[in-house]
Amino acid sequence: MKPLTTEEIRAVIAKGKFYDNLFKAVGVFCLAFALLVIVALIADMVIKGSERFTLDFFFNFASRRATEAGILSAWVGSLLVMLVTAMAAVPLGVAAGLYLEEYAKRNLLTNIIEVNITNLAAVPSIVYGLLALGIFVYQFGFGQSILSAGLTLALLILPIIIVSTREAIRAIPAMIREGSMAVGATRWQTCRFHIIPYAMPGILTGVIIGLARAIGETAPIITIGALTFIAFLPPVPFSAADAGTTAGLFDWLLSPFTVMPIQIFNWTSRPDPAFEVNAAAAGFVLMVMVLSMNAVAIYLRYQMRKKIKW
Amino acid sequence: MESPMQIQETPTLKAEARNLNFFYGENKALRNINMPIYDKKVTALIGPSGCGKSTYLRSFNRMHDLYPGNRYEGEIRFFPDNTNLLGADVDPIEVRMRIGMVFQKPNPFPKTIFENVAYGLRVRGETNKRVLEDKVEHALKGAAIWEEVKDRLPEQAPNLSGGQQQRLCIARALATDPELLLFDEPTSALDPIATGAIEELIHELKKRVTILIVTHNMQQAARVSDYTAYMYLGEMIEFGKTDEIFIKPQDKRTEDYITGRMG
Amino acid sequence: MLLVNTHIMSPNNASDLHQVSDRLAYNAMRNWKERLIEAVLLAAATVSVLTTLGIVYVLVSESISFFASVSIVDFLTDTQWTPLFDDAHFGIMVLISGTLTSSFVALAVAIPMGTIIAIYLSEFADSRVREIAKPILELLGGIPTIVFGYFALLVVTPILQFFIPSLPGFSLLSAGLVMGIMIVPYIASLSEDAMRAVPMSMREGSYAMGATKLYTAIHVVVPAAISGLAASYILGISRAVGETMILAVAAGMQPNLTFNPMEPAATITSFIVQVALGDLPHGSIGYQTIFAAGLTLLMITLVFNILGLWLRAKFRENY
Repeated sequence: MKPLTTEEIRAVIAKGKFYDNLFKAVGVFCLAFALLVIVALIADMVIKGSERFTLDFFFNFASRRATEAGILSAWVGSLLVMLVTAMAAVPLGVAAGLYLEEYAKRNLLTNIIEVNITNLAAVPSIVYGLLALGIFVYQFGFGQSILSAGLTLALLILPIIIVSTREAIRAIPAMIREGSMAVGATRWQTCRFHIIPYAMPGILTGVIIGLARAIGETAPIITIGALTFIAFLPPVPFSAADAGTTAGLFDWLLSPFTVMPIQIFNWTSRPDPAFEVNAAAAGFVLMVMVLSMNAVAIYLRYQMRKKIKW
Repeated sequence: MESPMQIQETPTLKAEARNLNFFYGENKALRNINMPIYDKKVTALIGPSGCGKSTYLRSFNRMHDLYPGNRYEGEIRFFPDNTNLLGADVDPIEVRMRIGMVFQKPNPFPKTIFENVAYGLRVRGETNKRVLEDKVEHALKGAAIWEEVKDRLPEQAPNLSGGQQQRLCIARALATDPELLLFDEPTSALDPIATGAIEELIHELKKRVTILIVTHNMQQAARVSDYTAYMYLGEMIEFGKTDEIFIKPQDKRTEDYITGRMG
Repeated sequence: MLLVNTHIMSPNNASDLHQVSDRLAYNAMRNWKERLIEAVLLAAATVSVLTTLGIVYVLVSESISFFASVSIVDFLTDTQWTPLFDDAHFGIMVLISGTLTSSFVALAVAIPMGTIIAIYLSEFADSRVREIAKPILELLGGIPTIVFGYFALLVVTPILQFFIPSLPGFSLLSAGLVMGIMIVPYIASLSEDAMRAVPMSMREGSYAMGATKLYTAIHVVVPAAISGLAASYILGISRAVGETMILAVAAGMQPNLTFNPMEPAATITSFIVQVALGDLPHGSIGYQTIFAAGLTLLMITLVFNILGLWLRAKFRENY
């Protein structure tokens, strides 16, 4: 092969640069397209749902007439389910993460737990619904209740919380641990007074991301048999129930319920286009809830990356 | 072996830095460097860490253009065509096609041995299998690694040993017949035996190609180079024939460094 | 031991003795408390294992009851899926065809788009663009799937119908495309991380040979990051196969043995939703069907994940 002449080399370079620029254009297009989808999604829901953004919409129960239907039982249901989910998943997830990072010895059990957490993240969410249907609803007899739904979602987001807890703990340098142990603190005291507080922002980020995922989940909750049409609220503790009795402190846990995503699903699948407006409005409310939670988490994470320099 | 006749000859210029300054953002890393590079000779750059020798070396193939915020001033003239390598109208890619580089740590691509060496040829648009095979064999022979790998060409390059990887990287650079070959501390990640092999190779290579080598090891500079430049704090302190620099340095700072009082 | 020694050494100093035994008692209590805490934490960690066991137990035990009344051969070979009819047929292939077709459409969008975005962000975009684009992509990944389902049915399907007038109101195509958009952020984000982890020295080696950015990206960075890319694709496949709500809303729920994305069809997941929406008595064959379907779904996910592990082992990073 003769060495290339300057002209030939320049031709090769020009061709290469052309492909560079072509790819850049395609890359920008793909990115812009993905962003455009979000914008289109939000814009569509805002425009279509705008006539429902009234106080009534938030404080009305579901109704057979689209214009009178609201999301009261749905948002209250979502809130209560999230409460149960957080109460179950946060302590469990943080404890498991703490154990795996600070206590676990390298043995078979630890290995099984680790592989298992990775694999659980790939299990489709509807399978969690089947698990809950078999175990919580029928074996434990919790029924199609807020408790069942909350526990289901807790299991679903447990891997997220465990993984973020572990990452947050791993970012703490060994010298903090050694410093604490050196003055005679036990392992638990070290965890309680040093590890957990320092890992807190990271854990919090994981919790928010997990809850944002849970609040938008529909499939597992439908699977356990949540009702789609609920025109009442779960009993407030100590409020008067029927037949002169008062509701117990935890009665709401076993109450039937609906949540935001199910309400949207219900409205979306109705043939009457008037309900599309409700679906759009409710969808927008759910998006605002989820995206603001995610935005807080992402903000927290970027802040942490910037600030923490041990 | 060089005959006494050759030593008398005035070498031809291959490249020359003229008033070269370089900035990493606000930070001035090279200060007014003037230095010739002679054709088919080995020129060594020595000096303490952070003296700018790698920065200087990487100016020749415009590696600094890969990162934002870097700025050159002055010129590096490249002969015989007298191009300014740093000129705004000169495409860095074209510069890199003429000037090869071997890095501090061997960096074979995650490809087969054959494809690693053929890389530069493919970049230039060569697809003829016969030509590629010829060139790859020639380059591997030139890098003194042909005998070791001729039966393993379809194997993954990262499976080679460190010394072999570095010679493979040299073969990769040789395959495209560069006019100037830059070595950035090529043996710092290698054991003494592999280092010896590379040094011997550099000695062979200067028959074909001009070599500029950064080294942190003064013995290495003394062993492989014809000319040596001593750099300190971004400045070129002294440049001359290697024997002269090592036997009777003109500058006090060079002497301190060479005798081990500093650096 | 220590206590006895102290006793012998200072038999007449009662207060010394008292202090030491106090400290020992405190230590013992401290130890006991530490152990208890460790046990509690361990118990928390095993919940994840129990979850897996629970999933396997529920799916397998209900499936065993199911296969007591339906033969496995029929389950795998029948071409009809009518579990709730009087003339019941249980051909899971009908649902699998819907799942695979919609996943294929989704991945045909998500893998190229996700990879291109990842290469663009990692190799081309300057840091300012990357710092804005990545969080926004992460936000996109957090949108609830029911919202995407709404979008597929009420926005994308009408748009598609404008171009393809014969497209029915429910279709695998529309659901699959939106599912693809949903998966893009996962693939883009994970692939970008994998490519950013490729050491700069490897890129410099390529640039020093005179390669352009795209050539370097395709011939050096992507091969070096291939196991991370494969992992992101596997995650994408898992998401697509397990996605439920987009399909339940936009693909229609009628069983349909087809590989044509222009048709409506049920998938494994949307069938489960459909059954759960109705009121099936616990223990009936219809109730057991959703567990058999769920087990099939889990097996498909498992196959892809094992494939992923194998790929990772094969193309381990060696830089």
